[in-house]
Amino acid sequence: MSSGLINIFSIALGAILANNFIFSQFLGICPFLGVSKKLDTALGMGVAVTFVMGLASAVCYAVNEFILVKFNLEYMQTVAFILVIASLVQFIEMFLQKSMPALYTALGIYLPLITTNCAVLGVVLLNVQNNYNFIDSLVYGITGGLGFLLAIVLFAGVRERNVFADCPKCFEGFPIALVTAGLMALSFMGFSGLSVFG
Amino acid sequence: MNIGKQFKEGMITNNPVLVQLLGMCSTMAITTSFFNGLGMGVAVTIILTLSNIIISAMRKIIPDKIRIAMFIVVIAGFVTCVDLLLQAFVPALSESLGVFIPLIVVNCIILGRAEAFSYKNGIGASLFDGIFQGIGYTVVLIVMCVIRELLGAGTFGGGLLNGGDGIRIIPEAFGVKILTLPVGGFLVLGCLIALMQWALARSKKKEETK
Repeated sequence: MSSGLINIFSIALGAILANNFIFSQFLGICPFLGVSKKLDTALGMGVAVTFVMGLASAVCYAVNEFILVKFNLEYMQTVAFILVIASLVQFIEMFLQKSMPALYTALGIYLPLITTNCAVLGVVLLNVQNNYNFIDSLVYGITGGLGFLLAIVLFAGVRERNVFADCPKCFEGFPIALVTAGLMALSFMGFSGLSVFG
Repeated sequence: MNIGKQFKEGMITNNPVLVQLLGMCSTMAITTSFFNGLGMGVAVTIILTLSNIIISAMRKIIPDKIRIAMFIVVIAGFVTCVDLLLQAFVPALSESLGVFIPLIVVNCIILGRAEAFSYKNGIGASLFDGIFQGIGYTVVLIVMCVIRELLGAGTFGGGLLNGGDGIRIIPEAFGVKILTLPVGGFLVLGCLIALMQWALARSKKKEETK
């Protein structure tokens, strides 16, 4: 039991800090750069992505275990997973529209775009590659999402101030944002020495 | 149909990575060795061209509301084919690209071109758009790979030349190791985009003064 807990803890710590999805695995860069101009939309996006990643990990684990593996259809993984994710996002969109219209309008175009967020498909594929069981997958999905949330909120905070900085004209906008992200990735590398003693 | 103009758009003025800013994840993640960049570029070009043709051929029968889902299914089909082919014939590449091969499904370049171009244009134009945009992407990948590999590890053509180790140009002790790490991906791409913005702004200015 305790070794299981330590295992889960090390997965969580790795997903949030040491192997952060954005800064060390390069998954989910597009929304990371696209939705980080303002702190509050970044927060909303991060929460939505965390939610979808957790849910997608759980559902795709079930789909993989009980349908694909059972009928020897593992080669259909990519197609099956992306369909599951697309329908999940569609479902969440309808749910938010009905129950939380404020958040729905705030997220706008970025909500359907979660479908094509590579962090979501990436976490699902990594779960399968690492042979995680149900609990591990769920933890990896949620904590991976939390890592994304942490990264995008920190980045949005820096970027809001970056606008007022005086930088060379050709670096304005995207390039300076990328350099900022690079420096943040450098600081996140400091976590790579972290390991859990088990 | 204007092939020359399309070529110029794909390579320079509307380059998928440097100008449209699409497909960032794979651009930064896999550009650590020459072989990776080339393999990924070719794989994406093939998938992009094929999906462009199919989507363009079906554009009149795809209902507007579910078009994104249809695009994704078409793309996912081709990605699965390429993934299986690579596993069978180029296992080394498949291993080193890892999860980024199936992730081509959500590469924004392919979906972006489907939505912005092939859904609105004929089959021939879409075919060339796929090829040129794919080549534009490949060239950027290769440039990134060469810069990161040469300055970071001091070699050229890693994974392909000299039995996979690449040709050593700079002694190992002088390599800027940081460029081969994730940080390097952000920094090099940032500088390349800045260079592109500078060049485009300059050529625009030249045209105005003419």
